[in-house]
Formats: sequence, C-alpha cells, structure tokens
Amino acid sequence: MTDTRFAGTDEYIATPDLNMAVNAAITLARPLLIKGEPGTGKTRLAIEVAAALGRPLFEWHVKSTSKAQQGLYEYDAVSRLRDSQLGDARVGEIANYILKGKLWEAFDSAVQPVLLIDEIDKADIEFPNDLLRELDRMEFYVYETRELVKARHRPIIIITSNNEKELPDAFLRRCFFHYIRFPDAETMTRIVESHYPGLRRELLSEALAAFFKVREMPGLKKKPSTSELLDWIKLLLAEEIPPEALRSDDPKKAIPPLYGALLKNEQDVHLFEQLVFLNRRGGRA
Amino acid sequence: MLIKFFHDLRKAGVPVSITEFLSLLEALQQRVAFCSAEEFYYLARLCLVKDERHFDRFDRVFAEHFAGAEKLFEKIVAEVPADWLKLMSERLLSEEERKKVQALGSWEELLETLRQRLKEQKERHEGGSKWVGTGGTSPFGSGGYHPEGVRIGTEGKRQRKAVKVWEQRDYRNFDDSVELGTRNLKLALRRLRKFAREGAADELDLGGTIEATARNAGWLDLKLVPERRNAVKVLLLLDVGGSMDDHIRVCEELFSAARTEFRHLEHYYFHNCIYESLWKDNRRRHAERTSMLELLRRFNPDYRVVIVGDATMSPYEIVQPGGSVEHWNAEAGSVWMQRLTAHFPRVAWLNPEPEERWDWTPSIRLVRELLGERMFPLTLAGLDRATAELRRRGSDGRAIAPPPPPLEGAPVGP
Repeated sequence: MTDTRFAGTDEYIATPDLNMAVNAAITLARPLLIKGEPGTGKTRLAIEVAAALGRPLFEWHVKSTSKAQQGLYEYDAVSRLRDSQLGDARVGEIANYILKGKLWEAFDSAVQPVLLIDEIDKADIEFPNDLLRELDRMEFYVYETRELVKARHRPIIIITSNNEKELPDAFLRRCFFHYIRFPDAETMTRIVESHYPGLRRELLSEALAAFFKVREMPGLKKKPSTSELLDWIKLLLAEEIPPEALRSDDPKKAIPPLYGALLKNEQDVHLFEQLVFLNRRGGRA
Repeated sequence: MLIKFFHDLRKAGVPVSITEFLSLLEALQQRVAFCSAEEFYYLARLCLVKDERHFDRFDRVFAEHFAGAEKLFEKIVAEVPADWLKLMSERLLSEEERKKVQALGSWEELLETLRQRLKEQKERHEGGSKWVGTGGTSPFGSGGYHPEGVRIGTEGKRQRKAVKVWEQRDYRNFDDSVELGTRNLKLALRRLRKFAREGAADELDLGGTIEATARNAGWLDLKLVPERRNAVKVLLLLDVGGSMDDHIRVCEELFSAARTEFRHLEHYYFHNCIYESLWKDNRRRHAERTSMLELLRRFNPDYRVVIVGDATMSPYEIVQPGGSVEHWNAEAGSVWMQRLTAHFPRVAWLNPEPEERWDWTPSIRLVRELLGERMFPLTLAGLDRATAELRRRGSDGRAIAPPPPPLEGAPVGP
C-alpha cells in the first residue's frame, strides 16, 4: 500500500488535503471529482498522478458536443455502408467497424491505468448520468457485437469540472469530491520555486507580492491564476527585469511590467489603470 | 458517535446519503486517515460533501462535534512508547537523518521534551506563536520528521496550524445563502449564464440528423437542438432612491454582471413602484422619461423581465391613484404592474431584503400577490430560483395553470 501513496511530485506541489483525496480515491477505488478555479492545476493533477505512480494515462477531453457513448465506442456505420458498396471483405464482421473509445482503452490496459475525464461539465447536462453504470461497475455492453467489456484493472479515474453546470446527484454520490483552493502565499512560493529553481529570493518575493495585490483588486473580471503567474515570471526572467522594478513606490511604475501576462482582458487592464491613476491623485492630494 | 455526526450534517443542510457515510467508514477501516484530526477532517469532507457550497456548513458542524477530539489525539501521542518511535524512524528516516537525530540526544530525552511541549500546548490554548510540535497530532505529521529537535514538521506552516483548518471558515463565501458581494459575483454570473444558454429544442441539427439517418440505414431520423445562437433578451428594471440607497452596491454589481452577460439587455429605473413612466438616466429623470405603454410596445413578450427592488413603501403607493410620492399618477401602481405581467409572461422580482422579513412589510406582500409569488431574494440561491422560474414558463408563453381542485365527493385515487 505504501508505494501507491501520492504526495505531489517535484514539479507539482500538492496540499495535504489533495494528497488525502488522491490516496483515498485510489484506496477505495472511487472516481475523484476535482473542481477549482481555472489555472489551479486540475488537469495537471492526473498527469502527475500517473507519472508519480508510473501508470499509463488515458485522457478524455470532453467537448460540448461529446456524448457519453463516444467514450465507450463508436460504430462507424458510414464506413461500413461504403465498404459494402465497394465490396470490401471486411464488411461481414461488424467488429471491424467498432472504434474503441477512451474508456474501453482504459479498461483494456494491462496495468492499472489512470483515466482523466477533463471538463465533464462542458458536455450536455445528461452526460454524467450516462456514465453511471460504467463508473460503478467498470463494465459496459457493446450492443453491436453482443459482448460485455469488463475492466481488467479498475482504472484510477480523475474527473475535472469547471463548475459551469450543476452535476447530477446520482453522479456525485459515486465520486469523491475535492475542491482545489487557490494556493496561499506559502504554497505559491513552493510552486514557483519548483518551476524556477534558481530564482532569486528578492525577485520571487516582489513578484508574489505584486501578484497577490493584483488578485485582490476589487472588480476584476478574471483573477490571474497560478499558470499565469508562472508565465509572467518566465517573461520577467526573459526580459531580465530587476526586482526593484516590481516594487510600486514610484507611481509611474505602479502597474507591474509585462502585466499582459496577468490581466487578460482590456476591461481589467482599464480598471487597473484607473485605480492607479486615482491612487496617484489621492496620494498627491 | 459518527452516526450523530451524520444526522447533524443532514440537519444543517448538507445532503449526505447513507452510501457516502458507509464509504467513509470503509475508508476509515482501510486506514486512509491515520491518527490525525486534520486528515480525518479532510477524509470526511472528501467522502461526505460533494459541493463546495456546503463546505462552510460542514466546517461548522465538524467544529461543534469534534471540538474536544484533537485533545484526545494529543493524549494518545503523549503516551508514545520509545520503541515505537524507533521503529517509525527506521521506516521513515534515511541513514544520515537518523544520525542527526541521535546527535541531539537519546530517544528518551527527545520524547520527554516532546511530552513537555505537548503539555504546555494544552494549557496555552490559543498560543499561536509557540506552536512547536507535532504537526497537529502525530509526531510524524504530514511534513515529515525535521531533525531539529522538537520543531517537527515543515517550516512556516506552524503559524497556520494554531487554528484548526475547519475553524478557519475559508469556504464561508461559497455558501449560497449569503448575500451577494464582490467575491460571490463570479458565482452569480455563472447562474445568469446558465440562464442564457438553454432554450426549447426546436432547431434542426444537421450533423446529428445525418449521423442518425446513416445509423438507421437510410430512414430519416430528425435531431433537434436547443437554440444557442439567440442570446436571451433581458429587460432589467431597477428601483432607485429612497430605501434602495442601502442596496446600491449590490445592485450595481448585479447590473454590471448582467451587462457583461447579456447581449440584449435593456435597463430602466423607477422609484418604489412601476407607474406610467420610467427613465434611463438618473440625472435626467425628471426631464427625459419613457412611457410604460411605449415600453410595452417596443419589447415583445420574448423578453425576460427582471425587476430589482425592495418593494418597501407605503401600500397606498401601490393601490391608490395619486399614491406615488413623486408625482401624480392617474392610475394606481397595481394597474401598471398588471399590465406588465400580462404583456411579459416571464417576470421575476429580485428583492435585496432578506426573505425572512418580507412578511412584515405589507407592500412586499402586495407586490408578491401582484406578481403571482414570483419574488426571490437577491442571494445566489434566490438567483437560482429566479432563473429557474424565468425558464419554466411554457413555450407558448402562457402561465402553467395550477391543477383544478378535486370535485366534492369524487373518489380520490385509482
């Protein structure tokens, strides 16, 4: 049991509650539903879990047009129709036209895999309900070939959701649920340090201070997230901006440099500039 | 003991089911959370709560229930025997780390200091600064063993650990019965967005039809999808002035949220009750006004009407001609309200006043009657109900009639 305990990797800092969630999900063989602000590493989690435990990873990125059936298999009727018209020999065997979906591939895996169902709330509202039996018993019936597909090893299922739609209750009952909170300053430091090991302390502390200040600004449409912070630091390093430039004593430089990486729409940028302007005027008055 | 916890959670409004409770017990049996109050908290939350809106309620019930429990854990730890400690160290520490630990003194001495510190901790209940110790409970807390004497656990985390995680009430703002505020605006936005994407399934889905037809070997099978292209049209009417001054901030936030969400948004202002004219610009409210009749002509019944106001006024302002405090209105406010609801079948009134107080104010009761009970509080849950209401009306726009009362003497049931 000890070798399957997850505790984050070198590149992915996981908080203790997240570790607990992953380990509980693995031990009790339940799907794990992860919600959180965008950019907090929900999709990364599955990749890191697979890497940490050394298991193959199957990713199913759900789209708004996805149907639950597509995860199981698809019956390519049009090809079969065409082949029959061309007189192809394969037509007789219907199994030739069954395309396996991600769930089937995961069930067929020789070792216990990790299956990621990404952004499940993007799809139709009935989508999670259509997967209930498969998630419960890890098996499904292929109607065309009359075969029952069972999982060889019960996969570790990680489901992410952006909280855009309500998920049905029956689905939630079968999963464990974890909400990834936005990391606090200390966890953020560790995350940045793991991505940029040689970063100078002053630059790191100034960048974090500026970042949290931007996040706390009232009225922001989209708060900058972890991934944006990391991109911003990368830009700062590339442009070799010194830590002093990030400190906002000078009113002209109150907007952090290269803010385009943090504030992603013009309303936010506009709001930011207005606040800076007001502060400057308030300071002088 | 846990059964009572389960029942208390259900009483507090966290929808826990027996299956989830059993899975928690199973997890405990499999030792997923081991001798740490915090780990148990995380495990319980993981198994029992499936929505972050309920996290705050869970935290409160947990705090009440397990208030004394961490003391229990500490007591167990304080009696840790030395050989157990040695065994654990062999399993968890590397060779050099063990040497470092030895350098500090024998196991017995270390254990003694540990026990003393724990005792001090228990006495100093809230002492955040001197929380040296055991990472909450076990000497091998989540941070691992730090061979610097008694300071066990990762650096820096000590400050936070002084208060239990569930006492921090971090998830308070996710609770949907709380009033809207700037931080909840994002969630409110999502509710409104749910409102905008769905509709009646009456548009032909060409791709789906072709696929379905092919599956049917040529028999036509039509597939329909809800209209997503047409953005929902919303007419927003806001009450300004007087008693609404207290709620200006909330209304502004809602207004700016609505503006960014809906492409077809029209807004007008009124004061206290809807009379024969409304205005668009508050600074010119006496000079430029739009007549209500013109509004009814201009906006077709397709529009959803959302009225934001506290409906707090003297009842005369609603029922009497000339009752308005600002001007002489020839027809009573209730007449105009009826015209409004007759023309627009989908109306919802959002009231920033808390729902518990509505019955104390007669004008609110009156307005509710005029609207057919379609008044909702201006909270996240209220917005939910309002958007559900705004979608519920039948496709022909007519109100869904309540079922007729059963005839006298008719047999009830089959």
